[in-house]
Amino acid sequence: MSNHIRLRKGLNIPLKGEAQPKITKTISPGIVAVKPTDFKAFNPRLLIKEGEEVKAGTPLLADKKRADIKLCSPVSGKVKEIVRGDKRKLLAVTIEATDTNEYQSNEIPPLHSASKEQIVQALAQNGLWAAIKQRPYGTIPDLDSKPKAIFVSGFDSAPLAPDYEFTLKGEIANIQLGIEVLGKLTAGGVHISLHASKYAGSPLHRVEKAIIHTFDGPHPAGNVGVQIHHISPVNKGETVWTIDMYSLVAIGKLFSKGIFDLERLVAITGPRAQNPSYVKAVPGICMSQLKEYVNKESKEDLAVRYVSGNALTGDNVSESGHLGFFHNQVTLLSEGKYHELFGWIKPMRLKKFSLSRSYFSWLFPKKKYALDTNLNGGERALVMTGVYEKVTPMDIYPMHLIKAILAGDIDKMEALGIYEVIEEDLALCEFVCPSKTEIQEIVSQGIDLMIKEMS
Amino acid sequence: MKALRNLVDNIKPTFSKGGKLGFLHSTFDAFETFLFVPDTVTAKGTHIRDSIDLKRTMTMVIMALMPALLFGMYNVGYQHSLSTGAEMNFMSTFFYGFWKVLPMVIVSYGVGLGIEFAAAQIRGHEVNEGYLVTGMLIPLIMPVDLPLWMLALSVAFSVIIGKEVFGGTGMNIWNPALIARAFAFFAYPSYMSGDKVWVAGLGKGEAIVDGFSGATPLANAQAGLEIPSFQDMFLGIIPGSVGETSVLAILIGAALLIYTGIASWKIMASTVAGALLTGLLLNALAPSADSYLAIPAWYHLVMGGFAFGAVFMATDPVTGAQTERGKWIYGFLIGLLAVTIRVFNPGYPEGMMLAILLMNTFAPLIDHMVVQKNIKRRLKRAAVKN
Repeated sequence: MSNHIRLRKGLNIPLKGEAQPKITKTISPGIVAVKPTDFKAFNPRLLIKEGEEVKAGTPLLADKKRADIKLCSPVSGKVKEIVRGDKRKLLAVTIEATDTNEYQSNEIPPLHSASKEQIVQALAQNGLWAAIKQRPYGTIPDLDSKPKAIFVSGFDSAPLAPDYEFTLKGEIANIQLGIEVLGKLTAGGVHISLHASKYAGSPLHRVEKAIIHTFDGPHPAGNVGVQIHHISPVNKGETVWTIDMYSLVAIGKLFSKGIFDLERLVAITGPRAQNPSYVKAVPGICMSQLKEYVNKESKEDLAVRYVSGNALTGDNVSESGHLGFFHNQVTLLSEGKYHELFGWIKPMRLKKFSLSRSYFSWLFPKKKYALDTNLNGGERALVMTGVYEKVTPMDIYPMHLIKAILAGDIDKMEALGIYEVIEEDLALCEFVCPSKTEIQEIVSQGIDLMIKEMS
Repeated sequence: MKALRNLVDNIKPTFSKGGKLGFLHSTFDAFETFLFVPDTVTAKGTHIRDSIDLKRTMTMVIMALMPALLFGMYNVGYQHSLSTGAEMNFMSTFFYGFWKVLPMVIVSYGVGLGIEFAAAQIRGHEVNEGYLVTGMLIPLIMPVDLPLWMLALSVAFSVIIGKEVFGGTGMNIWNPALIARAFAFFAYPSYMSGDKVWVAGLGKGEAIVDGFSGATPLANAQAGLEIPSFQDMFLGIIPGSVGETSVLAILIGAALLIYTGIASWKIMASTVAGALLTGLLLNALAPSADSYLAIPAWYHLVMGGFAFGAVFMATDPVTGAQTERGKWIYGFLIGLLAVTIRVFNPGYPEGMMLAILLMNTFAPLIDHMVVQKNIKRRLKRAAVKN
């Protein structure tokens, strides 16, 4: 095994409610939402009206500045509502899906003879260009962007993340095609990172025309940002692309069948999940479709939080919300809205998990915990040091980067590595922070500032 | 528990913004969160959070200070009985010290927390837990006979000038407890140094046994007099500030801090290494056997406030170095400076306080150098690749 990288820093949060490797249901789409807010720096322009009929693959939204970049409907049906928020900000387009999915058939040039421009256009017009994220910043790349290389993470290390070995078993042909498509867009090749312990068993290690790397270690080893940092870090002026495995599958389907098909296996997980397992679904389905998987009963009568994505980086979408474009996991948590008498001073608190040894959870490495959304304290000034570093397997000083962002110091942010991280890469810092700082929000502000100042 | 919760919920509106006593909402909040972990849930970012918070962290440090505090109380009584020749059993020895030290703790917390609450009130912030530790540290690093009003004044100075003017806990440059000590040291030198202040009642001329000296080992070492045995100094049955004398008690606290990972073992280890190496170097250079330079290097570790400073003061995460590599340098220089000041500066028998305060000042510079190295590494990488 060449290209092996072992990471020691990080943390696997032992959350309860891992999905069993079985498919328990196919979710009929019902009402599906396409959310432009899932994409960073995408300014939506409407291409359809309420009441219009659409097919799976019909463009719904285009970027205002880069009109070729489109978001498409994952299902066929009727446009139900255009949802707007404050200042008429477009939040979502909802579609009432028909029972059987009708796909719009697209003219896709055959891969072997297609030019680079044709491939780019095919991806952009069919809603899959938006699935590519560029580093720095995690935004959708420009159509003429020339990436140094393209990176794909072959495993997800986030809490209760779906097991790719299970979810992607039948998709190898599509992944292979996806790799070949993207391979035409970069000179640096497509890099796929696999988990060392699952390397041999993973069907992914047999894909061709990709450079395979193996990683070992706790979360965030599966984050593509961390992998890039160790394979070929992003320097000032450089751009790389990242894409997730599921979107790679969709690209494969687009180029083999000419259809926009996002159907995937979604893991239903979390301490409040009943019968945690996998369902077949498209992104955009409503959480209310998952009723039978929600454990309504809890000892203290706590409400359920519906998280689209994992517990560290996902979105709190509520029961009437929808699964995000990039998400293949739903995490069901208890809302921690309760008071605990003298909680902070109780010596034992065996049901609480902490990285710190002021609790005893380190003595039970196998134990799983039903963590809830309680903040477990109050927000304070930054006091403790050395905590973030324990969970950041990168040659970056997270505390100093955060402080540079808070100070709005562009030069410092640049020097300290803002190009190499997006929110998810420092999510664990936020989890462990004793001062309860909102790190991801700060990183997000820093990236927004960089985009504004550097463009 | 339910009844208490109901009571809190009932009076809460009065103390909330817009309520009758709304201006006291920070104070109310502090007491409420003292009683209950708040029901705040995560709003943005990660949905789940680690169970650690600053309250828990600070509680651990206070627990780590308990052995030093309890032994300090005993030693106050013990030194008193030595100086007066009074026969005292274990309990009466302890309680003599208990009643001497308790007022110091009460004054320290009373004055300090009062100012903290007022400052939080003015800012509209939540009350920060930082002072819970500082308030315990201050009495432990003062001589037992310090008049309480001086203690109160030092506390007020350290909290206002040492901390709140910078923006409160987390923003200060120097360790607040040491600022209090430095203030008292320079404002009232006759109460902070000499032979009479370390033993309760000695300064007031209470009956002294012939031949008893209240001088600390450090003062003796400087004067070229005989110093107590290593064992006595390690156990702590020597005159000195309330909590600093017993290295054994301090080590118990250090074990807890290192085990929980709350204080940096790197700073502790490098401080000890700095002092030992400096001591050994001085030993090698000593002109004669009775020179101060010839005092065995390891004696420095058990004399005066060295151990207490290395474990509880130098490791303050706010004022110490913040980078892991910086911590090694920072600690080493503290050890080096402390021994250097002790041996070469005739004005100050104890160098630990000044060494830590000086290195607090330079900690940001050390961090800057470490971070700058990381930045250079990043720039170099770019140059190679292009």
